[in-house]
Amino acid sequence: MQSSPPASDIPLSIRDLTVAYHRKPVLWNVTLDIPDGKLVGLVGPNGAGKSTLLKAIIGMVPKISGAIRIFGQSYAESRAQVAYVPQRETVDWDFPATALDVVLMGTYGRLGWFRRAGKVERDAAHEALAKMEIEHLAGRQISQLSGGQQQRTFLARALVQNAKLFLMDEPFAAVDAATERAIVSLMKDLQTTGSTIVVVHHDLHTVPEYFDHLVLLNTRLVGAGPTSAVFTERNLQKTYGGKLTLLEEIGEAMKRRDQRSKL
Amino acid sequence: MMAFDAGVSPLLADSQLWRLMTLQDYNTRVVLAGTILLGITSGLVGVYLLLRKRALLGDAISHATLVGIGLVYLWTVMIGQDKTLSVLLIGAAISGTLGGVSVLLLRHFANIREDAALGIVLSVFFGAGVALLSVLQKIKKGNIAGLESFIYGKVVAITGDDVALAAAVLVVVAVIIAALGKELKILCFDIELARSQGWPVMLLDCLLIAMVVAVTIVGLKAIGLIMVIALQVIPAASARFWTHDLKRMLIISGLLGGLSCAVGAMASAVFADMPSGATIVLCGCGFFLLSFTLGTERGVLWTYLHQKNLRRQQEYLHLLRACYEQLESRRALPTSAKASTTELIAIGDVAEVRAWSHRFASKIASELDARGLIVLRRNGDLQLTARGMVQAEEAVREHRLLEMYMMEQAEADVGQADREADYLEHGLLPEHLAELGESVARGTPPPVPPSPHPLKLDKPDKPDKPDGKN
Repeated sequence: MQSSPPASDIPLSIRDLTVAYHRKPVLWNVTLDIPDGKLVGLVGPNGAGKSTLLKAIIGMVPKISGAIRIFGQSYAESRAQVAYVPQRETVDWDFPATALDVVLMGTYGRLGWFRRAGKVERDAAHEALAKMEIEHLAGRQISQLSGGQQQRTFLARALVQNAKLFLMDEPFAAVDAATERAIVSLMKDLQTTGSTIVVVHHDLHTVPEYFDHLVLLNTRLVGAGPTSAVFTERNLQKTYGGKLTLLEEIGEAMKRRDQRSKL
Repeated sequence: MMAFDAGVSPLLADSQLWRLMTLQDYNTRVVLAGTILLGITSGLVGVYLLLRKRALLGDAISHATLVGIGLVYLWTVMIGQDKTLSVLLIGAAISGTLGGVSVLLLRHFANIREDAALGIVLSVFFGAGVALLSVLQKIKKGNIAGLESFIYGKVVAITGDDVALAAAVLVVVAVIIAALGKELKILCFDIELARSQGWPVMLLDCLLIAMVVAVTIVGLKAIGLIMVIALQVIPAASARFWTHDLKRMLIISGLLGGLSCAVGAMASAVFADMPSGATIVLCGCGFFLLSFTLGTERGVLWTYLHQKNLRRQQEYLHLLRACYEQLESRRALPTSAKASTTELIAIGDVAEVRAWSHRFASKIASELDARGLIVLRRNGDLQLTARGMVQAEEAVREHRLLEMYMMEQAEADVGQADREADYLEHGLLPEHLAELGESVARGTPPPVPPSPHPLKLDKPDKPDKPDGKN
């Protein structure tokens, strides 16, 4: 298959991306364009390569073939415009640091070598914590934060990066309902200020509510486009390929979606 | 003669100790300066080694130095030159670095887990070193006894040059940490963020390994290669018990490292035959135990006391609640909130409700008496004071709100709700209470809702106690 060259004016354009871990293909020939200003759900079963796709975008896993362009540039050139939020469990929360320390790490990239975070960075960090409604926890030791508060800290850290493209790996994993609401409202806020947000997501029930654009992935790209067009029973069946328990879940999700659309 | 010897030796030991303590000998001063500098540097580097979770990599590096020392020594013998320490240390640095790098390579290219790679490199390099030493012994050219001190450490061998080297390494390490504190922090905390921001993670890791190699080389003579890793890990691990702050952790770890070395080196000098590596590590271990128990942030003693205190507070509330419910079942609650009561409650009844032993109930009661919440009579009867009444009322309200919530919204059974509320009520914060008041009691005015289940002490036909307390 011969694809057109990657588009240059959009946040994220991927052409024929193939990634393998120890020869086992994790992503096969993924071609994808994410339009500007969308809130994008990246959905698929376990092992579908969702996290790998994010990591490939920021060059953290080597790709076998394919091209990735971010605002028409390579990741190395566009790094300052991208904020990546890893899964919460990837770090040791017992590390000797406060929530403010962690948020400040978001500014390290633009500070560059040797320069320390000063008042400007500190103010930005406090502002980001306030946006996540946890400014009162700025001085709290991170091991004493709840799971939801840790996730908010991570998002505050992404906020201070002043990015235009956000890549979030399962921000809703194991957080309380209040944090989930806070994250959703943050994402909608970011969207209104012109940012593009790509979110790895697991809960099919909430997909139509949270995302206006959807990418269905199961090693290969199953579908991508506006949620209303892509979030169909047929596509979900293709994505989740005959896993019975999941089909049940999907049926439930479809039902809910239909109910919602009637309202 | 024997008796005379026995009489004079403690005196001798005393005077030796005195000379040590007062730093009268040049040698003592050199040894102390060298080991303290080493200890501080080890403490600093150890913090990052620990936070990067690479403690065992340090161990592999130090064990790998032996091959280098042996090979360089063999080479100096072959070209007929005298072994000089600086050449040996360069050999140690090279083979130590090779050891560290081979761990990373094995993991990366041979797809071997890190712990296995560490085990392989550590034992292979050390084994080769030991074999080489025995070959050297057979050749018997020159004196190889000095080489063996690299294994266990010999603090008296420290010279002025070693002190200068230790000082130089400390300065370099301190400058690196001051200049690259933020880079090392992000490397240790979140390597994925570091990569996504474009930091050269590999280079920073190499810098960390280089610092570890430098400390190891400085420590070879005094501590020996087997135990030099302990001097990096133990102070850093101890420091974590005192603080949650990275900067303070560095300072404390450096101090503990220096202190362990100073005390350990002195001990090694006093007990003449004891290897200094062992005494220094044992001192470090002593400080670790101290930190483990008394550390202000995580010491087990404070944690224990805190939890014990919490438990006791809960028991106070349980007793007050039992008193209140006792009065309630007798319809003997005071009519107005502020009024006190003169009703007496038998301690035995309280103990029965709480399933406490009589003795334990009396103990809790007497402690509450001391706090002015109840009055404990000599015969074991209790009486709530006005203050006690207020607190009891509050405890009952919290318990019942939670209990009702459990039954209405969490679908708990009656008895289950009681037990669960018993457990959960102590974690309630004011905002929870406000919410509970809203959702369960729906803002009804009586401060204490009625119990949703018959009270355990509601035994309608229960007669007054035969011995008649009233």
